[in-house]
Amino acid sequence: MIRVLSPGLMTTVQDGGRRGWQQFGVPVCGAMDEYSLALANRLVDNEPDEAALEITLLGPSLRFEVPCVFAVCGGEFEMKLDGQAIEPARAYAASFGAVLEIGPARQGARAYLAVAGGFDLPIVLGSRSTSLKGGFGGYEGRRLLKDDQLPLRAPMPWLPFMEYRVFDRELRQYPLEDRPARVVLGPQQERFSGKGVETFLAGSYRLTGESDRMGYRLEGPAIEYAPGCDGNIISDGVVMGAVQVPSGQPIVMMADRQTTGGYAKIAVVISADLPLLAQKKAGDTVRFSAVEPRAAIRLWKKQQSFLRNLDFCRDYL
Amino acid sequence: MSADIRFCGDRAVTVVFPQEISPGINAAVCGFAARFFALGLRGIVEIVPTYCAVTIHFDPSELDVDLLLRAVEEAAAAGGEAGPAEGETVVIPVAYGGEYGPDLPQVCAHTGLTADEVIARHSGREYLIYMLGFTPGFPYMGGMDPSIATPRLKTPRTAIPAGSVGIAGAQTGVYPIQSPGGWQLIGRTPLRLFDMDREDPFLLRAGQKVRFRPITPEEYLALERGEGR
Repeated sequence: MIRVLSPGLMTTVQDGGRRGWQQFGVPVCGAMDEYSLALANRLVDNEPDEAALEITLLGPSLRFEVPCVFAVCGGEFEMKLDGQAIEPARAYAASFGAVLEIGPARQGARAYLAVAGGFDLPIVLGSRSTSLKGGFGGYEGRRLLKDDQLPLRAPMPWLPFMEYRVFDRELRQYPLEDRPARVVLGPQQERFSGKGVETFLAGSYRLTGESDRMGYRLEGPAIEYAPGCDGNIISDGVVMGAVQVPSGQPIVMMADRQTTGGYAKIAVVISADLPLLAQKKAGDTVRFSAVEPRAAIRLWKKQQSFLRNLDFCRDYL
Repeated sequence: MSADIRFCGDRAVTVVFPQEISPGINAAVCGFAARFFALGLRGIVEIVPTYCAVTIHFDPSELDVDLLLRAVEEAAAAGGEAGPAEGETVVIPVAYGGEYGPDLPQVCAHTGLTADEVIARHSGREYLIYMLGFTPGFPYMGGMDPSIATPRLKTPRTAIPAGSVGIAGAQTGVYPIQSPGGWQLIGRTPLRLFDMDREDPFLLRAGQKVRFRPITPEEYLALERGEGR
């Protein structure tokens, strides 16, 4: 069991998401940055989409009440294990009673704490992800609070090759790259003027304070609609990364988005670049560049196959 | 007809039907979604029908995108014959007014009708569920008598109890879970539209029809006790 000494700003249990229930209005939820979730899980020999703690901006303090191997990947947070500074993207064995203190994010916004063997939490509609709005899944359907006790399924006090369970900077910092997020235009591109699409692709947009797991409200150059069009459509399906434009300013739909929406979508951020977006915080700048759908699909397949075949200990043989 | 298929990012495509809220188009949407789901194509993650579009989520590692597009084309072309199944009607018992429907007087004041007239008009029709969304199990329904349309509350409530039946403009709906909202609450059902402990967690689905049946507060309590198990 892991005891929460202090919960941090916004710590929730998230896995690969709740798939298959959107036709009933159930949001997918799941990790905002699935790349870092997969990395953290790989370091402790879990499946890539196993449930982990998603940590936001200011991390929690936790006490291991059973010895267990863990790893933290994603945004780079100040971290101490029993008072000693520890590195991101490296597996550590916490001894009985060890205290892990995760401080503020130095870079990025979100990190994932995976424990070997996973958390022993109920699977609700196929997933352990927390639905904050629905109040179910994860740990009692809510963010962690002080004194919560997180049960572990099969805690491992030790794993082989501990010293090789580490990812180098280049690999672990992919979601922290500073470059435009690539998008596939549409599905309602025709609702916007040519100039509007140009503005969207050329502009710098700032993440406002009204940005959370549901969506990022951006602020920047106003996007022009096509003649006779506005931001309203008859509601249709919404995917993660969809860029809605209700009234000239974009909103990017994120993990906890509603399943349907009534605003025109100028573009969708490609799956391979969603981790970059997940690591943005209020005040950060986001830019967009367009790619063809099939190019986006190739990038996603490449990333998936990379994550599936990921090996931490290339050097140990 | 050739289908209007659009990429919705790199892991979903949206099949766009004529953009109009109508029972006929929605029947085509639900029929197409059911037919496509029944194909059981490997790599289809989920299919989400809405008013006049179907979003198909797929895993490009398991299903080649060009095969998917072709399958969608073929399924859309095959559409004509296999009409949508005639959806059954779900009866939802509702205790109108009183503590269950605190805004019924406001609806009466706005419409100039008596409470009995509002209840009769609300429960006297069949509604079509166009789609589910907003919260788990929330039905977007059409077909309300325009004479009982009432604007939303000026200040939304922070918590509306699960099962509340409301009116917002020309729409009526039922809240499956406790949530904030600005609908005029005219009644409440003891049925659970969303119960994750039930084998089938959702009472309603897109394409079905709904009828409201007025019940007394006593019946409400009796049904609630029965439902609780």
